[in-house]
Amino acid sequence: MRPLDLGTPGGLVLALLPEIVLSAWALGVMLVIAWRHRDQRDQRLVGLLSLTGLVTTLAVVVGFWIADVRIAGFPGMIAVDAFRYATSSVFLVAAIAAVALSLGYLGRERLLVPEYYLLMLLATLGMMFMGGGADLVVIFLGLELMSIAVYVLAGINRRSIVAAEAALKYFLLGAFASGFLLYGIALLYGATGTTNLTILYLQITGLGLQDNLMLLLGIGLLLIGFGFKVAAVPFHMWTPDVYDGAPTPVTAFMAAAVKAAGFAALVRVLLHALAPSQAVWGEAVWWLAAVTMAVGNLVALAQRNLKRMLAYSSIGHAGYLLAAVASGTELGASAFLYYIVAYTVMTVGAFAVLVAAGTDDERNVAIDDLAGLAQRRPWLAFAMAVFMLSLLGFPGTAGFIGKWFILSSVIDAGEAGLAIVLVVTSVVSAGYYLPVIMAMYMKPPVSEEAHASVGLPGAGRVVVAVAAVLLLVFGFWPNRALDLAHDGSDGLRPEVILTNTPQ
Amino acid sequence: MLTDLGYDRWILDLLLLVPLFGALLVLLRPAVEAKILALAVTVVEFLLSVPLWWLFETGTAAVQFEAVHAWIPAWGISYRVGVDGISLFMVLLTTFTMPLAVLGSWNYIERHVRPYYALLLVLTTGMLGVFVALDLFVFYVFWEIMLIPMYFIIGVWGGARRLYAALKFFVYTFVGSLMMLVAILSLYYLVGRATGVYSFDYHHLLRNAPAVEEWAFWLFAGFFLAFAVKVPMFPFHTWLPDAHVEAPTAGSVILAGILLKMGTYGFLRFALPLFPQVALDPAIVTVVIVLAVIGIIYGALVAMVQPDFKKLIAYSSVSHLGFVMLGIWALNLQSVEGAIIIMLNHGISTGALFFLSGMLYERRHSRALADFGGLAKVVPAFAAILTVVALSSIGLPGTNGFVGEFLVLVGAFGAYPWATAAATTGVIFAAAYLLWAVQRVIYSKLDKPENERMPDLSRRELVVLGPLLAVILWIGLYPAPFLQRIEASAAALIEQVREQRTVATGELPR
Repeated sequence: MRPLDLGTPGGLVLALLPEIVLSAWALGVMLVIAWRHRDQRDQRLVGLLSLTGLVTTLAVVVGFWIADVRIAGFPGMIAVDAFRYATSSVFLVAAIAAVALSLGYLGRERLLVPEYYLLMLLATLGMMFMGGGADLVVIFLGLELMSIAVYVLAGINRRSIVAAEAALKYFLLGAFASGFLLYGIALLYGATGTTNLTILYLQITGLGLQDNLMLLLGIGLLLIGFGFKVAAVPFHMWTPDVYDGAPTPVTAFMAAAVKAAGFAALVRVLLHALAPSQAVWGEAVWWLAAVTMAVGNLVALAQRNLKRMLAYSSIGHAGYLLAAVASGTELGASAFLYYIVAYTVMTVGAFAVLVAAGTDDERNVAIDDLAGLAQRRPWLAFAMAVFMLSLLGFPGTAGFIGKWFILSSVIDAGEAGLAIVLVVTSVVSAGYYLPVIMAMYMKPPVSEEAHASVGLPGAGRVVVAVAAVLLLVFGFWPNRALDLAHDGSDGLRPEVILTNTPQ
Repeated sequence: MLTDLGYDRWILDLLLLVPLFGALLVLLRPAVEAKILALAVTVVEFLLSVPLWWLFETGTAAVQFEAVHAWIPAWGISYRVGVDGISLFMVLLTTFTMPLAVLGSWNYIERHVRPYYALLLVLTTGMLGVFVALDLFVFYVFWEIMLIPMYFIIGVWGGARRLYAALKFFVYTFVGSLMMLVAILSLYYLVGRATGVYSFDYHHLLRNAPAVEEWAFWLFAGFFLAFAVKVPMFPFHTWLPDAHVEAPTAGSVILAGILLKMGTYGFLRFALPLFPQVALDPAIVTVVIVLAVIGIIYGALVAMVQPDFKKLIAYSSVSHLGFVMLGIWALNLQSVEGAIIIMLNHGISTGALFFLSGMLYERRHSRALADFGGLAKVVPAFAAILTVVALSSIGLPGTNGFVGEFLVLVGAFGAYPWATAAATTGVIFAAAYLLWAVQRVIYSKLDKPENERMPDLSRRELVVLGPLLAVILWIGLYPAPFLQRIEASAAALIEQVREQRTVATGELPR
């Protein structure tokens, strides 16, 4: 462990190094776009540059993680802990996959919008602040940076009416959510006089504010705001339309990274700052989790369109993640970290296959359109089968280990009822994941030339292959990942930080 | 000599690995070689497993051939396998059935040959894993993994309604297993909290299971649902006829022969010994016994009116497995030994029946009993074997069926005379539906011209049926070597269950 003193300018710069690298890169990319924006070759160059930037930032984050840089002294605006490194890595990996998918996608859809990549970089930057913010204000700024970039991304295909509708809808509801969140932050500030997460914790325990009405109202508004961002029922109404209308790589980015970022901030705020009021928010999150799992999975059952099905399935998975949060323990936080990694990988993989299978924003791909894919594109079908089984939580895949982990944390917390909801909804989810496998393997292709156009350019293929392999590897040998997840949740508890702080 | 080579240390690992590598090989080699390779692998697998029979020490209930490797130490999970008198025959039954299943698919499977045989081999590993696992996590993983190959075998190579049957099979089993998952995890935490040692090790949990008495009912319920669906007990049986009828021949054979045994094996290995005070609670006993007897009689009656040969056999399975449940819950030495013997018998006899019906189907592309008649003159060898197998399934003395059912009925009569008396009628009904079916297929008038040219059994088919017939007669005439190997483990199980129950209920042992 290397201590890092945030009191010195050098220490502060070092603490912010990953974000600084990414910001600098984003500015550089912006300059490149100003000069080179004429044709697909230019756009490709921008894409490759962005990819490099993301990989570089990831390297910095992982370097910090390996060197085990931790905070020494009282946390200020930014957290320096393994949870931040873990979540930042998730966002960066998801962004890398989304950019890699976009490289071929934009050309195929005849979109010439090099800003697309810039927006992805900025959104990722916002996410990193959300996962790493140690102050509600930083978290809010990160959230806004991310959201605004993603609003634009959702509507980046200006020729598509559906995309425009999606973007507008997302923007309006997202603005509402931000309002709720900000109001919640204001109330928390009103109750405790601070926005710093650790001081918040100290104030609540020190002044005995656990049941303070203003605090509770603030928590409630905060939950609503985050509920919108992570698409928890009943704040999920925007999700299917937006996911459906946005360009598919953006959908993958939203379903994986944007949701992960919302969760990362939620987990840090709840388990760190608001830990003393767990009795109150625990109940609320319990219900959110149960309802989200039930509604997401049940409605997904009725979908025939693959993209919409994946959208609802991502709501169901938000429910599983909320269940881990509801357990409110360090084990729950570890389970959350493990599952968010697995979830990101399988979601990105599934959307990548969708990109391969369709054209025109993939809005027209029905599940039955995959019929006979296994005969024509055996590897792609195999990868999709792995993604589906992993989403289902089937043994041998990372999704299973993740679900097992969440169930463990839920049962360990004594919430048998939530565990039952979780497994019952998992059974329901078999009803819509299996038909995909069924279509690919058990139904004949509709015509001779079916799936002739199915395919991915090189970068997309790498994404699919890496995702499938990762899921299988983490399904059988999860040890290292489990250690990291444990490590990542370690510093989340306020007690840990306080014991490290010299008085 | 084998012991010098450390056979007892590596054999189970090897048995689990060989089919997996075989599957890989099948996928990599050209399609024409697939079935030959699959046959070779399954035969090697069987030969490897044969020494288990001799090296197995009778007279002890201890786990033998145990192998342990670390897997996920952070959660107290290790790969831990071993066999005792209860699982030994399930392992041997599996390795014995698989080469026959490959041979039985020889001409039946024409599409996607390579994946089919690869899946059969993966399925072998999954089933063996279920029977040898001694860590609850490992058990659960195998229990689930085995679903996938079976799902594909039904769904890709099955009959007309295969998609429906495959999905139903999957979802039914999945519901049960997820409930078991919750139960396993709860048991792990409850025992861990009581003892301070968090581990999925079967024996650790078994030793400390009394510590979780408060929750025992719910935990038992979780396990019960998973196993009851798999057995299948009435009223959880409705997936079975669909799956059996739609599956290709080898799929039905494996389903009936091996997969159903996982349910009863689960009761013997987990549900009963872990939660004896619940399992032997008078109310639960009444429910189980009543359901078992209903299963016996209902299965037999429904079998009687089936026009479809495969469906008839499927319902007869419900009836036979009812006897197993009765034997397990009567919980004395004869009945439990009898139950394990029936598990074995049912694999052999019903497997043979499915093979025979599959052979009919390959010749006529029909499974309707009404489409046949008078085959004895056309295909005498087939007719003779069908008669013997049907008699063994009925339980005629001298065949394997008699030994198992007799032991169960004798054992159960002392405990539940009325239920046993009712169950005995199941044997009579079995005679009725099977003899009637045999009569309609091979003895009545040869009135369908299509049947006149039917070829008799080929050499390959004789090779499939020969070993099954040999085992039918062997168990029927000289069951002692089988019973010896089962006895110690069955006795230990009964003693352990009764002892724990007295500890739990606070009664002094008399």
